[in-house]
Amino acid sequence: MTAPAVPASSPASTGEMARIPGMKTQRNAELGLLAFAMVLVAAYGATVEASRIGEITPTFWVPAALLSVLFLGLHVVVRYTAPYADPVIIPAVALINGLGVGFLRRLDIGDALSEKLPVPGIFAGIGGRQLAWTLISLILAAVLLLVVRDHKVVSRYAYTLGLTGIVLVMIPAVLPASISEVNGAKLWIRLGSFSIQPGEFAKIALVSFFAYYLVRKREVLSLASRRVLGIDFPRGRDLGPVVTVWLLSLLVLVFERDLGTALLYFGLFIVTLYVATERASWLIIGLLLFFGGVYIAYLLGASVGGPFANFYDRAQVWLNPFDSENYERLGGSYQLVQGLLSLGTGGLFGSGPGAGSPRFVPEVQNDFIFAGMGEEIGLFGLSALLVLYLLVVERGLRSALAVRDSFGKLVAGGLSFTLGLQIFVILGGITGLIPLTGQTTPFLSSGGSSLMANWLLIAMLLRISNAARGPAASGGGGTDRPGGGAKKAPAQLHGAMTEVIKP
Amino acid sequence: MPEFVLTVARFGFLILLWIFVFTVVGVIRRDLFAGVRSKSIVASPRGVGGAVPEGRPAKAKRGKAARQLVVTAGNLAGTRITLGEAPITIGRAEDSTLVITDDFASARHARLVPRDGQWFVEDVGSTNGTYLDRGKVSGPTPVPLGVPIRIGRTSLELRP
Repeated sequence: MTAPAVPASSPASTGEMARIPGMKTQRNAELGLLAFAMVLVAAYGATVEASRIGEITPTFWVPAALLSVLFLGLHVVVRYTAPYADPVIIPAVALINGLGVGFLRRLDIGDALSEKLPVPGIFAGIGGRQLAWTLISLILAAVLLLVVRDHKVVSRYAYTLGLTGIVLVMIPAVLPASISEVNGAKLWIRLGSFSIQPGEFAKIALVSFFAYYLVRKREVLSLASRRVLGIDFPRGRDLGPVVTVWLLSLLVLVFERDLGTALLYFGLFIVTLYVATERASWLIIGLLLFFGGVYIAYLLGASVGGPFANFYDRAQVWLNPFDSENYERLGGSYQLVQGLLSLGTGGLFGSGPGAGSPRFVPEVQNDFIFAGMGEEIGLFGLSALLVLYLLVVERGLRSALAVRDSFGKLVAGGLSFTLGLQIFVILGGITGLIPLTGQTTPFLSSGGSSLMANWLLIAMLLRISNAARGPAASGGGGTDRPGGGAKKAPAQLHGAMTEVIKP
Repeated sequence: MPEFVLTVARFGFLILLWIFVFTVVGVIRRDLFAGVRSKSIVASPRGVGGAVPEGRPAKAKRGKAARQLVVTAGNLAGTRITLGEAPITIGRAEDSTLVITDDFASARHARLVPRDGQWFVEDVGSTNGTYLDRGKVSGPTPVPLGVPIRIGRTSLELRP
């Protein structure tokens, strides 16, 4: 490395990166937005108590204050380890997470009051559990930011991560249904009262692996192609990995009975492929393969049944939710219809936080949290939440555009797209746009796996956006960093990801 | 709780929610246009140590100092690097500041070095050469704003 005295080369030793005059870190904007978000969470809590209990208890501010302390901790970590990271990602996600905790606490209060029990404490029930999960998730995110000082380091473990990802996806499929099945979808590992959803974590691992693979293969994939009908189609042998992932996701669909996860992984791979090669033909091939596969699964479910029967059922529920036969059947469209009725009851402005009756919707704390919240904050509130999700995804894609190395581009693009696709899949399921699948709503649903995995995803996005927005010198020289110490690897090994493989 | 308070709280919450959304959008907006507005604050790159900005005759004559390096053509088109005081190395090697995946680029291709507020481009022994506009770069050559530096199929420009 020829650069003398690189300004931002030793964040570990000086504590803070040297600032270039005129370069804004915007950390104070982040702090301000975070404070605003927490005020909103406190206001939500107060409104819930006012309409549910009839008075605002003196402790209404405690959950918001606890969350503020947690997010402040993450903010401080970001200030020192990723000072140029995007300023709006954390506050937007913090608000969504905080409102999720608030809504779960609202469910606790509602349940207790309907059984004539006293108002539950702050750490009781699913709201309290969600607070604890938030704490753990934020610690994980902070650890990721502290350990991974340069996102390019991740590419060194790409194959390990890829294998881990596939194993994580496959575990629930091979486990017996008694351990892995919840509500007809085999996505879980349950050990007593503790359960995790390994597929959530697989996302991040698979994105890193896809990115690494595609950076190495992008030239082959985009240069060697045949032109048919004005669209560039890749060579047959280059299609191999795509077909493999397609089969993998269809296996997930059949054995784990989950369309959403299958769509998530397949969409993820196709989009990273598209980003890497700039070929629209991949999107076309991908969509054709997926819809073809799904349609065949539907036909097989109608005629053969067996492993495809569950998928056929879900498609029937989706096509005719208001059919009385579907509505009254166990595992039929009852949940979907109740969710739609909730959203309808909410209308434009909602019944007000705490004033709805979300318990009519089964699983309102998990998959259907959007329906439950939609009843209380209405279309206006829901669209605000959706805009926040959209902005987070946009900031992720923006970082992908701005970051200077191909691996970072693909990881950031893939991660933000996955986040967006997951929101689409669950919201599409709730509103009846696509067949309902067992996806969680990121940051909102109760449940530790989803929250932890998504906060890790956010930490990775922050790390990449720091590299994208920081001064030039912090982007390069990752391996020559004085603080790197034991992590130092030969430049050739690590440099392999920028090699061009000639067709 | 009186009905009136609840109604105010209900709509107040929605309004606050949207104010938050627009504040976030405002921050993003400021972020997007930050480069445009800070044109007047000239922090010219110079030798390490001279961090205090002061009016220099050379710079005043030139009018603007380069603040960004923009890739205008090639695989990385659209990439921007904010220039600091450190030299920028360009090549296929992973430890370069700008890692380009270009068939015609060498592992260590070229270097951009700031000297007294002016950036100089310098070829560091590439196979296919570095071009400033049309001419091949042999020694350290000053780079005017907006003139393309060509490396293989990639073009770079300095922007204010």
